[in-house]
Amino acid sequence: MPDNQTPTPAQRFLAALPHTRALNMALVRMQDGMAEIEMPYDARLIGDPATGVIHGGAVSALMDTCSGAAVMCHPDGTGSTATIDLRIDYMRAATPGQTIRARATCYHVTRHVAFVRAEAMDDDTARPVAAATGAFTFEWRAKA
Amino acid sequence: MSAPASGRPRPEPVQVIKQRRDGALAALVGNVPYIGFMGIQFDRRGDELTAILPFSEMLIGNPILPAIHGGATAAFLEVAAIIELSWAILWPEIEAGRMDATGLPPLPRTVDFTVDYLRSGLPRDAYARARINRSGRRYASVHVEAWQDNRARLYAQGTGHFIMPDLPGVRDPENG
Repeated sequence: MPDNQTPTPAQRFLAALPHTRALNMALVRMQDGMAEIEMPYDARLIGDPATGVIHGGAVSALMDTCSGAAVMCHPDGTGSTATIDLRIDYMRAATPGQTIRARATCYHVTRHVAFVRAEAMDDDTARPVAAATGAFTFEWRAKA
Repeated sequence: MSAPASGRPRPEPVQVIKQRRDGALAALVGNVPYIGFMGIQFDRRGDELTAILPFSEMLIGNPILPAIHGGATAAFLEVAAIIELSWAILWPEIEAGRMDATGLPPLPRTVDFTVDYLRSGLPRDAYARARINRSGRRYASVHVEAWQDNRARLYAQGTGHFIMPDLPGVRDPENG
């Protein structure tokens, strides 16, 4: 296993994605089928100018990225995946000005499919902003 | 046959109608910064809208294939659904000439949104059309289909539920 200083191939891959870069996403943690990614508040991402709340689409992109990252770092996988489907429930509007932080867990894998749950929070961590469940493609790493 | 003097007024010139509809659509779309960030545009034929996501490098999520980021696709579908719903709310106002510069109504709020990824998003323009399957006083259900080169070969589809904005004076289309 690489130490904390050396980015894994999956971490380098995430940093190289143009769309996640455009949204200024930052990887907080990515290990053993769990991922945490932050997206800072940005006026360009506002969905409702009356309130300044970030568009649901940007939250979807964060949830999809974080869920995919959780699959990519699953210890039994090859580190590559694609989304099959993703459902997002929006529980409340994210507070304008605050960073949104997503946490995803790849809680089960079958021969071809990885199942993921994710949550997004702003500074008020007791009340999630959004929740997601998704199915992703999964490839097993060849056993040594 | 000639219309009676007190009969229906002459139809408005087509350019006046087009200007009013296009102006309302541009105001609705131009009001949302995120739509500009993504570069999403809308094409209108009568009341039918087609959302267009012109390809740009910034949308790439898999540089090796390359493929459009699944999150960008999800966002594209959600934008198409919200604008379609807002457009349907606005349409009677536009047609009655009641929509002017005094402001747009509040946008519908997303309750949930589900995206099926059917094919990988190619580095090309994408198109989407949304269909409102149910729209009541409080809730609406909207389905969106997105394609790239071939209309019949969808690359993604989505379904979302939305809470309708409170609109004083706007009648519920189904429930009176």
